[in-house]
Amino acid sequence: MITPASGTGNMSPVLELNGVTRIYGTGTAAVSALQGIDLRIDHGDFVAVMGPSGSGKSTCMNILGCLDTPSSGIYRFKGVEVGKLSRDQRALLRRHYLGFVFQGFNLLNRTSALENVELPLIYRGTPAAERREMARKALAAVGLNGWETHTPAELSGGQQQRVAIARAIVASPEVLFADEPTGNLDSARSREIMELMTDFNRDRGITIVMVTHDSDMASYARRIVRFMDGIIDKEEQNGGANNVS
Amino acid sequence: MFLETILIAMCEIRRNVMRSSLTILGIVIGVASVITMVTVGDGATKQVAYEISSLGTNLIDIHPGQSFRGSGGTRSGAPMFKITDAEAIARDISGLAGVAPVTGRGTQAIRGNDNWATIITGSTNDYLKVRNWTLASGRQFTDGELRAGAAVCIIGATIRKQLFGEQDPVGYTIRLEKISCQVVGVFKAKGQSGFGTDQDDFVLMPLRTVQRRIVGKSDISSIAVSAQDGVSTEKVKADIERLLRERRKTGKNEEEDFHVRDMQEIVKTLTGTTRLLTTLLGAVAAVSLLVGGIGIMNIMLVSVTERTREIGIRLAIGAMEKQVLMQFLIEAVVLSCFGGLIGIILGIAAAAAGASALKVPLILNIGIIVIAFVFSAAVGVVFGYFPARKAALLDPIEALRHE
Repeated sequence: MITPASGTGNMSPVLELNGVTRIYGTGTAAVSALQGIDLRIDHGDFVAVMGPSGSGKSTCMNILGCLDTPSSGIYRFKGVEVGKLSRDQRALLRRHYLGFVFQGFNLLNRTSALENVELPLIYRGTPAAERREMARKALAAVGLNGWETHTPAELSGGQQQRVAIARAIVASPEVLFADEPTGNLDSARSREIMELMTDFNRDRGITIVMVTHDSDMASYARRIVRFMDGIIDKEEQNGGANNVS
Repeated sequence: MFLETILIAMCEIRRNVMRSSLTILGIVIGVASVITMVTVGDGATKQVAYEISSLGTNLIDIHPGQSFRGSGGTRSGAPMFKITDAEAIARDISGLAGVAPVTGRGTQAIRGNDNWATIITGSTNDYLKVRNWTLASGRQFTDGELRAGAAVCIIGATIRKQLFGEQDPVGYTIRLEKISCQVVGVFKAKGQSGFGTDQDDFVLMPLRTVQRRIVGKSDISSIAVSAQDGVSTEKVKADIERLLRERRKTGKNEEEDFHVRDMQEIVKTLTGTTRLLTTLLGAVAAVSLLVGGIGIMNIMLVSVTERTREIGIRLAIGAMEKQVLMQFLIEAVVLSCFGGLIGIILGIAAAAAGASALKVPLILNIGIIVIAFVFSAAVGVVFGYFPARKAALLDPIEALRHE
């Protein structure tokens, strides 16, 4: 078990990339997806990662989400060097500190909304009754009261993404990673999802890292990081539509 | 955590009822056939043993030659018995209920236009006592008939039916070889023996008649002896062996050129045969259990591919390799155990049906049921491991991208 240094209050670095590169393949076929990234994300931040396809933003997300490790450079999650952890240790990091929302929702088919939300708690070993209660609360927090027994096939896209968000936040993660969370939704649904995420960032202090193509969605973030050809092209603070909503 | 993993696996099975039931079909059939084969086989073995003992539990058979070669089988070179051997046994061995010298041969029994292939057995009235025969009608041989070698016979129920129909044959004559023979009695039917031969298909004639007028030799091919109730057949067997060694002048270290066997030995030999058959059938059925296991592996592999994205989600959410491995392994084991249970139920039902159809007793062998169940669980572990490992080693990023 890894025990990262506990958060020392607001604005301490949760995620820190130092000269991180990621190279796929070997020899002449090697492709360099990230060419030296330096990035620091503090506790409570809401960062939108933008950039064209192939710019390395997804690769960067995978590394930040402890799903992948850097080819060189150092990635620290709460002070722990993730590149030196084993596959299972990274799984434990994800289990206890991270939440994920994907573009394609990625819910378990033929499984009720409640059971989908319970999933991370099962791996945490939360007792069944407590688990059920937490999952119910998480679904209520995303506005899906009364939809607990519906399966993904019986839910609309927006509702499915809400379930996915409920699943991501049910275990109160430190950081929420969202990979194009509104990519499959219409604009009204997209705004609802963004407002939900903004609420969680503001009310629960969950750090959010979100990849998006859409500058409207990015405008909800406090900070925007733009990728281009495997490096960070531009970083800008954002007045934040989140303060308005 | 282990319990939770079982829970996840159970949910997954419940969600895919159709696929799950197809997966276990092979195991169900395998386990059911093993149990059916072995149970019916055990019943048949018991039945054979029971039918042999109906011949008379105190029966001792003495044949020339060294070992069991079926009735009348002799080792070439071993001298046949003489009537004096049987007389000596009757005189010198205590505790005997009857001693019947036996000889015989196959022949045609003819009456008018009907004829029937049967066996002539030459013996004395002791034969009835020793072999548990009773008469349905008529009488036994008289001393005079036995001494003189008269042309009289007692016929079995099968011959009566073939040559006389419903008519009472006592007093009529039938032709056996060249002699015309008066029927003095009919045996009460015994039916089929445990090994499928018709016990009622024979004609009993006085020994001397058969020796002189049918076979033309004064040899006897075997001696059937029965011990009195309460007398140890072991002791009688040993006494007879000692006596015959003496009479046949067998040297101290020489092996005897005759064979004395009691019912226990015959039961052992014949049930050994059915037991071997049971084992063979069980082994064939076990192969189908193995094929069932391959079926599980096949479906589990397909299922891993089909559920790649689910595995990706689980890994991303924080499932460790061994948890995913356990999930799929437990799924396979739960499936195969479930298949095993259904197979056991079906197997017992089929065995009950088979036993009543073949008219053998239903004897449930707890051992084989336990073995079949454990084996089906083991099949789950062995054939579930490879797909489970494949699932556990998936890269979460690739798995999540999988369509």
